[in-house]
Amino acid sequence: MEKPTNNRAWLLVLPVLLVVAFSAVIPLMTVVNYSVQDILGPEQHVFVGTEWFRKVLRDPELHGALRRQLGFSLAVLAIEIPLGIALALVLPMRGRAASVSLVVLALPLLIPWNVVGTIWQIFARGDIGLLGVAINGLGLKYNYTADALDAWLTVLAMDVWHWTPLVALLCYAGLRAIPEPFYQAARIDGASAWATFRYIQLPRLRGVLTIAVLLRFMDSFMIYTEPFVLTGGGPGNATTFLSQYLTRLAVGQFDLGPAAAFSLIYFLVVLLFSYVFYTAMQHAGRSEAR
Amino acid sequence: MRPSRLAIPLYLLLSLVPIYWLVGMSLKTNEEILGGFSLFPRAPTLANYVTIFTDPDWNQGYLNSLTYVGINTVLSVLLALPAAYAFSRYRFLGDTHLFFWLLSNRMAPPAVFLLPFFQLYSSIGLFDTPWAVALAHMLFTVPLAVWILEGFMSGVPREIDETAYIDGYSFPRFFLRIFLPLVRSGVGVTAFFCFMFSWVELLLARTLTSVDTKPIAATMTRTVSAAGMDWGVLAAAGVITLVPGAIVIYFVRNYIAKGFALGRV
Amino acid sequence: MARIELRGVAHAYGPSPTSDEDWAVLPLELIWQDGGAYALLGPSGCGKTTLLNIISGLLRPTRGQVLINGVDVTAAPPQERNIAQVFQFPVIYDTMTVAENLAFPLRNRGVSRAETQARVEEVAGLLELTADLRRRASGLSADMRQRISLGRGLVRKDVAAILLDEPLTVIDPHVKWLLRRKLKQVHESLKVTLVYVTHDQVEALTLADQVVVMNQGRVVQAGTPQELFERPADTFVGYFIGSPGMNLLPCSVEEGAAVVEGQRVPLPPEVCARAKADGGELRLGIRPEFVRRVSEGTASSVRVEVAQVEELGRYRIATARLGAQVVKVRLPEEERVAAGESCWLEFPARWTTLYAGGRAVS
Repeated sequence: MEKPTNNRAWLLVLPVLLVVAFSAVIPLMTVVNYSVQDILGPEQHVFVGTEWFRKVLRDPELHGALRRQLGFSLAVLAIEIPLGIALALVLPMRGRAASVSLVVLALPLLIPWNVVGTIWQIFARGDIGLLGVAINGLGLKYNYTADALDAWLTVLAMDVWHWTPLVALLCYAGLRAIPEPFYQAARIDGASAWATFRYIQLPRLRGVLTIAVLLRFMDSFMIYTEPFVLTGGGPGNATTFLSQYLTRLAVGQFDLGPAAAFSLIYFLVVLLFSYVFYTAMQHAGRSEAR
Repeated sequence: MRPSRLAIPLYLLLSLVPIYWLVGMSLKTNEEILGGFSLFPRAPTLANYVTIFTDPDWNQGYLNSLTYVGINTVLSVLLALPAAYAFSRYRFLGDTHLFFWLLSNRMAPPAVFLLPFFQLYSSIGLFDTPWAVALAHMLFTVPLAVWILEGFMSGVPREIDETAYIDGYSFPRFFLRIFLPLVRSGVGVTAFFCFMFSWVELLLARTLTSVDTKPIAATMTRTVSAAGMDWGVLAAAGVITLVPGAIVIYFVRNYIAKGFALGRV
Repeated sequence: MARIELRGVAHAYGPSPTSDEDWAVLPLELIWQDGGAYALLGPSGCGKTTLLNIISGLLRPTRGQVLINGVDVTAAPPQERNIAQVFQFPVIYDTMTVAENLAFPLRNRGVSRAETQARVEEVAGLLELTADLRRRASGLSADMRQRISLGRGLVRKDVAAILLDEPLTVIDPHVKWLLRRKLKQVHESLKVTLVYVTHDQVEALTLADQVVVMNQGRVVQAGTPQELFERPADTFVGYFIGSPGMNLLPCSVEEGAAVVEGQRVPLPPEVCARAKADGGELRLGIRPEFVRRVSEGTASSVRVEVAQVEELGRYRIATARLGAQVVKVRLPEEERVAAGESCWLEFPARWTTLYAGGRAVS
């Protein structure tokens, strides 16, 4: 059945819009304002047009950070989404086992982000941490404070540990919403486990997967607290992701103009990726029935 | 089926290892943590916990965090309920774009937006109150809340609304008496996600508070800078921050297990 | 093509069933002949869907054996039984086209491309889906979706039986009869065993040659629609089938008659004797259609007060009081009767059944 058109529904959405607009639009305007001005001191602003934008777009350090960021976010998605789906598929469906699994699974999600970094800072140390000692014990040379690749991998491992449960929880809920007759029909039709996944489960996970991918993409693209605590962006610039670079720019060097210009570019990049993905998923949804 | 049965216990075990490490650290002295590798605490001590529980700063931080998280969760759910209802029941001008726009507000990189946030809340006198943090966190929690609730509400047949109106229910009475109980599990799941994202966020919470409403996460970082790295106390504080989350997930686990599809894409 | 046999099949969902309530299906014996059309009729929760899932292999019965063509398939999974099943809510694979949906069971069995296409076209023709083969299966009407799920069952060659679980529940009333006719057509042209689960007696009685009535996990009667109507073996069947259901009047028996509210209803003496021997609570059952109104009192008639008359077009249903009991009578249109008047009714012995403890006295 088609939904009725009713523009009075706006009244129901209005409170949310007002609150979000208040917290989002005003700061956004401030940032736009910074991005086109040079702030020399209180009450001393000079309009500089697109100068900051041109400057940051040519900054090689930024290019490096953007590359690292994209690589990191893609790695995060490539690992966490399939792993989360796989976990959701094998999670127990009922009884005490299901309860215990869900609670334990969700635990990493509920640790404040700075604590996450704190745990891994010691946990991954080659001399005194369980993970580091274990890896070195296997005969691999591992030291995340000195080796760039090790540091990058450690941040990735930390993120996988921290966030895969979110994907798994969402997918689990999505799987549980599939009515039993779908599975029964698949069995009658002689569908293999793969065919059942491909034609029944995956299409019905579209909604939860969209939100999972969007959340993981956005949040990994803006990751800040955890690597800041764990590696401080080092060694060198190995784990300096966009947010951190930006913070250095804004707070460290107090280059508010370029930082603001960069923030907007950054925001637009995330927005663009998310919008393309969202529209694609929505399109896939429209050509299917609810 | 054999390997898949083992997969979950194995994964859960692995995912518990860092948490075990946190708990382990909280029971060790600083010397033991930094002195060398030990799988089990050699001389388990509760000294770190004693430090935290006897320090009013920690207690206050804990309460402050719970306050703004509580405000955020309640407000997010309350505001998202009517909005989600509108999205699930009606078409209206710009509905699809609105939805994405709500979500897009999550995408602002915090690093630069911190300063305008600070200015905004200072100018309206909310700086250093739990309201500032709660409102700022709503940028992250509200879009998700609307999305999740919309998914649950779409699962309730529209005939129920129509029947209630024919029976003479007013919209508020229908919503509270009939509709809300039907999407109870959705409210539970939504509250869980709001709680989660607000509880673990640190950057905004720290920036928008200073003395009176300093969150526990900020207490942690400040203790660190003052007395060097007090790992034991830090770990103990970490363990304590796990408790409210574990309680919340325990209560909503059955709602999640019931399933939801989040159809709106 | 198959003959289905259930031997002592019983099922409980809980782990350790003790009382009768723990069993969804109580031990039962059933034989369904090859090519027959059977209906499983009963109220919600009587165990009919459970029984269907046991036959298709979705459920393994707690006890007993399932035989298809004499082969014990109790432990065999559904795909080895070659059975088609259509569910109450149509299940289709919405990411596929109609043709891909129909081909799905064949592809899963590794049937060749050419044969698959031929079968799909044949089945599509049978179910009038040919014009829509290339459409996405999503967004189709409920009856089309249901035809597709039926088609997925039929597309397999040598399909042993078609099981349908209340397939018309979500179909709009005006296409219901079309789909029902289609089903009958399919059954007649393919000569495949058909088992149809429903709680709607009209559907059951019009579609099936044999109806199995279930209640609370038990088969209470199996027979042709006519047998169920004329000779209900159980008070439940009498009450459940027919509209309105059978009159069931508490009574006692004496020599050659049942006594209802002090009035005698003559019955063959041997029936009365057997009813006494069977024991249990006694009831006299007669369908409203078979009650006759007579103009004046005779030795075989009872006197009643008409309480209410319902006009139902070509006939009317009179509700009459026989002492404290209520008797429904179906009267032809031309027969005049008004509420408040008293009249005489006759219960022809041929259509009257005595029930002892709920079961018919033969």
